[in-house]
This record gives sequence, C-alpha cells and structure tokens, in this order.
Amino acid sequence: MQNFVARAMIMVPVLMFSSFAHAQTVPQSSETKEHKGLPPICQGEANRFNCASAPVEGQTDEPGVDFWGRPVTPLVNGQKSAAAPRHDISGTWQVDGIDEFGFRGILGVFGAGAMPSDGYPEHEPPYTKEGLEAYHRNKPVFGIDSVPAAQANDPLKFCDPPGFPRDDLHRLTSVQLLQTPLQVIILYPRDKHWRVIWADGRELPKDADPTWDGYSTGKWVDNTTFVVQTNGTDERTWLDNAGRPHSDALRVEERFHRVDHNHMELTVTIDDPKMYTKPWVALDKQALKLQPPDFSMSETRCSPSEMATYDSLVSTPIVK
Amino acid sequence: MKDRCVFSFIASFALLVASAPLSAHHGNAAYDATKEVILTGVVTDWIVANPHSLLKLDVTDDKGNVVHWVVETGAASANQARGVRLTKQLLKPGDKVTVTMMVAKNGQPVGRIHRLVLPDGRLMVNDLP
Repeated sequence: MQNFVARAMIMVPVLMFSSFAHAQTVPQSSETKEHKGLPPICQGEANRFNCASAPVEGQTDEPGVDFWGRPVTPLVNGQKSAAAPRHDISGTWQVDGIDEFGFRGILGVFGAGAMPSDGYPEHEPPYTKEGLEAYHRNKPVFGIDSVPAAQANDPLKFCDPPGFPRDDLHRLTSVQLLQTPLQVIILYPRDKHWRVIWADGRELPKDADPTWDGYSTGKWVDNTTFVVQTNGTDERTWLDNAGRPHSDALRVEERFHRVDHNHMELTVTIDDPKMYTKPWVALDKQALKLQPPDFSMSETRCSPSEMATYDSLVSTPIVK
Repeated sequence: MKDRCVFSFIASFALLVASAPLSAHHGNAAYDATKEVILTGVVTDWIVANPHSLLKLDVTDDKGNVVHWVVETGAASANQARGVRLTKQLLKPGDKVTVTMMVAKNGQPVGRIHRLVLPDGRLMVNDLP
C-alpha cells in the first residue's frame, strides 16, 4: 500500500482538456470536491492495479526519444515561456501532468478527465432517466461499472471510430493543430485521423446527417481563446472510455485557451438535454504542453486482425 | 501480422521505465488483482500490437511440465512522453525473462504484466489498467 500513498503524492497534473461551455451555462468545476489520496476505484487489494505504480527509484520518465527512437529535445524545461501569440494555437501539444490515478501523459483511462468513473458520486454525470438507461446498456471495460473485455460492447472493440468527443476524452496523449485562414485542423494520432473546424464565420448545420466526428465551427473570443462548437455526431459512439452515452441532440464546446507560448488549457463541455439534465464539464482546463517543432507523434491504429488475435488469446480464454 | 509477431525488445532509453500505462484499452475485471504471480520462462513469441502487445512464454514447473502462457502488456503505440517504447527488437524467441503479473481469475494461463525483467537484467515497469 505504500505505493498508493506514493502514487497519490506524485500526481502532478499538467496537460488537460477541460471545459467549454455554452455561453449561458458553464458548469463550475467547484462542484467537484477536492480529494486526498486515490479514488475509490483504486482502493482495496482487488483494485490496487487500477492505478499507476510509483516511479521506480533511479528511473526517469523523461522523453529522451520519440516513437521512432529519434532524440527529443525538451522545448521549455526550466525556461520561462514567452507570451501567447495572438490567434495562434498551432503546434503539437501533449497532455501534461499526472491524473488522479497516477497516469502520466494520457487522458481519460477511466472516463472523461474531469468526471472519471472512479466511485465518487460527484463524478457521475447528471443523467436523465433516458440517459441512465442508455448508460446501463453500455458495457465498458473501464470505470466503476466495468466488465471483462469479452462481455463488453464498447464500439472500439470492433474498431469502430471513437468519434467526437471521445477523440478528446479518451486516451488523448497528443494532438497537432494546424491553422489556415479558414480552418483549424486537429490531427489525432489515434487511427491517424483529423477534424476540420471551420473558422470562417459559418453557422453549424441545423439538420446535418450524423457523422463520427460531427460538424465543427470555431471562433476567437479573445486574442488567445478559440472556442469550438460541434453538433451532428453519431449517437453510436460513446462520450468516453467509461461508456457515457450521448444522443443526436449532443452539442459539445471545446475551449482552447493558450495561457502562454508553451502552455494551453482545454475545456470540454457536454450539452445533451436528452441524456443529461444540464451541461457538464468533461475536461476542466486540461493542461497541454507545446512540443518542439520537430516532435513526431506516435501512431495508434485499431487493427481488426490484431484485435481478433487479442480476443482469441486473452479476452475469450479469461472468461471461459 | 507476421511482422508484428516478431519479438525482441529493446529499450530505447538507457533506463527502461514506464511509470504509466502504455495502453489503456482493456480493464482488469477478469483478472485477480489481489495477488501478483512471478514466473520465469522462455519467450516463444513477442507480438507488438494494438490494443495490447502480447508475450508468449513457456514456463516449466518443478515436475517438468511446460505451460504455455500468454501475458499482455502495452500497445505498440507506446507513448514517447513516458520514456518507454515497446519495440519488436526488445524480445526474441529463446530469451529468458521473469514476469511479475496478475493472472486470470478462471485459472487460464493468461496474465497482465506489471514488471518484466529483460534478458539483460533491465526492469520494465508497466502499469496497464
């Protein structure tokens, strides 16, 4: 159990996404209590491996090299960052810090970063009756209601696209943002896909056919904050790794706020009146850290053949 | 898949370390997390893949019986920010390794790696919920 204490002590969050909000209703993260130590899902012998181990003495988790073994030079270690440039969020950004479970540099293992499915009642989204029923139909492999992988119905199990906003809320490690005069383009390493956010003043479509990532428009609300609205997402997708559902009424806000040259905060807010009684913050000022210009993101693909191998060798045998 | 089925490991850093999950796709529900099992065996296959890389090894008990184990670890897409990469060169068939893991509740020879002592003695720590 020493490990757990140590783990709890080392949680130093950094890069996150956190909330955006429809202008009129911005749920406050102050609704969430401050907790000391590990969340319930990590407590007790049966749950002890749900959280990360304490670092091994003498070892370091500094990057050193990238996915391909190429040396990486930290951009800002020990240096004071310059001021944020105006209307510019381009660059490669990596999740910064350690979450409440002790996981570094990765978001959303147990569900949306600001509302993980960790056993704390205040981290349960405000479900409507329909929303709670939909949640109970989902069988996730992570979170307080997790099931063995062979019994799960997570769309990712079949290599379906995670879709938006799960792109942001589950297993985010890094993203690359590109800007043109008309668009902001987000490159995601998972399945090597991208989202286009129109920044030319157009409105969201009113009755668009649903797509995996929906339709996104964005605008600068001040010199350093770019706010994105998304609708038209496919309700087959889950919001996060814990099986939180959404309907065709989902509207998502992302608020990218560049704090200074090297740091950004991402806030993501979920608004889906069919599933939730009020908007809720899924990422709350999640810290992101700018990477060097030559930083190369890793690749994560869902391969049906590799998934089949995993299922035949692991998932299926362990539930027989 | 054949390419993926090559094994061997190679730490990309002087210290092979991982203080965070390399992948986070599948939960622990079918594993007995109340205890750790330590086994030493001979690598028969090292599959670097998503959602998890798989290590197959033969473990011989004190009666000479060989049990074919499959243990899972992080995805091929190890996150460079955490200073650990799982590569095909890291392990190869015939390597002798010691694995600390949790094992399936139903008694099948399937596990999830917590720590792996590589043939050269380096320790890989893998937190994989």
